[in-house]
Amino acid sequence: MAEKEETSRKIVVPGETIVSGDEYLPGDSTRRDGNDIVACRFGLSDVTDRLVKIIPLSGVYYPRRGNSIIATVIDITFNGWLLDFGGAQNAFLPVAEVPRYINKDELRDQFDFGDVILAKVWGVKAKGIDLSVKMRGFGKLGGGMLIKINPNKVPRVIGKEGSMVNVIKEATGCDITVGQNGVVWIKGSNIDNEIKTKKIIEFICDNSFIHGLTEKVEEFIGGLK
Amino acid sequence: MTKSSYTKRTDGRKFDETRPIKAKVGIVPSADGSAMFETGGTRAIAVVRGPRTLHPQHMQNPEKGILRINYGMMPFSVWERIRPGPNRRSQEINKVIEWALAECVDLDAFPNSVVDVFIQIPQADAGTRVAGLNAAVMALAHAGVPMKEMASAIAVGKIDKTIVVDVDKEEEDYKEGEGSTDIPMCFLSRSGKLALLQLDGKISIPELREALKMAKEACKKINEIQIKALKESAGSEE
Repeated sequence: MAEKEETSRKIVVPGETIVSGDEYLPGDSTRRDGNDIVACRFGLSDVTDRLVKIIPLSGVYYPRRGNSIIATVIDITFNGWLLDFGGAQNAFLPVAEVPRYINKDELRDQFDFGDVILAKVWGVKAKGIDLSVKMRGFGKLGGGMLIKINPNKVPRVIGKEGSMVNVIKEATGCDITVGQNGVVWIKGSNIDNEIKTKKIIEFICDNSFIHGLTEKVEEFIGGLK
Repeated sequence: MTKSSYTKRTDGRKFDETRPIKAKVGIVPSADGSAMFETGGTRAIAVVRGPRTLHPQHMQNPEKGILRINYGMMPFSVWERIRPGPNRRSQEINKVIEWALAECVDLDAFPNSVVDVFIQIPQADAGTRVAGLNAAVMALAHAGVPMKEMASAIAVGKIDKTIVVDVDKEEEDYKEGEGSTDIPMCFLSRSGKLALLQLDGKISIPELREALKMAKEACKKINEIQIKALKESAGSEE
């Protein structure tokens, strides 16, 4: 592993030189300082061809266009809803981005304070992010259970092309929606299945670093029964 | 020049030697980032929350983010009980730590929001502001806050006419000769810039030069320890 260090992944701290050379391009959370590509945050550096980027390991969720997030309504304005998704800013969902026509004074009938909404990030600006629920499958989430996990572990819970989520779904029969902001919505036929699902997800988050995680999770599921 | 009366340190350290340092990252699971930094009898805990929306809204800055430091000594941290809560001293320390951290944190990356840094001193034996600053830098990095570089801090003292690194309480209270002068300093890891320099007392220019040189060396060592602690915390994750 030692000789591959330059091209493989390693843990970096802010201000650390990841690679040196004119041919490299600074990507996410990196900057160029003279001849060096320098890390701007703590995480795992990744050098793919010439592009250098950092994969975060900890910290709050930074929204990206196209992400699906689960957020709570905290305020209703004259033309939309203000949602809290656990990030640095608040998110705004305008009435125009809801698939049906809503009268200005009937906003509360669509989404009320405290409602939990699955939405897509439409744009990220300095002042906040804009959301949309126009696509199929987006909108209010009713019933079920919400759990909060570390947003950096979301890819582990989903797995490669949703493999991990499918394993859990098969085992418990629960519906699982993972928001990229680290909120997971679980809905099953009964509360026992939901609690079981919650336990599995927490297991994944606690053991996200081991190799062959899928097998370990299957083992864990076997042990629950 | 007359000789200094302080020829040997009370705890047997060399003049350029710091107290034994311990650093740990990720001690508060519910926070976005947290760290502990300890030198000898001084221990600091730092917890970072954010970036998050700043309230009240009129305090928001659309150009750059805001750092909010909350330094406090625990009532039992020294021999006689300290009244908890903000006081003159903690306000000053909040301000100097804020200025020092603003040099290494990339504030432009999170406009309209705030990063809260809570620093608590459970055990104090001089040099709490630099220990708090060291812990805060680690906690900020652990929280994934965008940063330009790291920073490390150390207090250098002039005890009578001797320059010593990492002053402890006993040295701080030294009364003979010229007495004791405490100079907390903070250096940035990459650019080597000075981010904090406080001085109350008397010191000549050549002496200050030497103090700066010694502090820079000590900060390099502290920075290595900080980085090691950070990397160890992530080692279990990948």
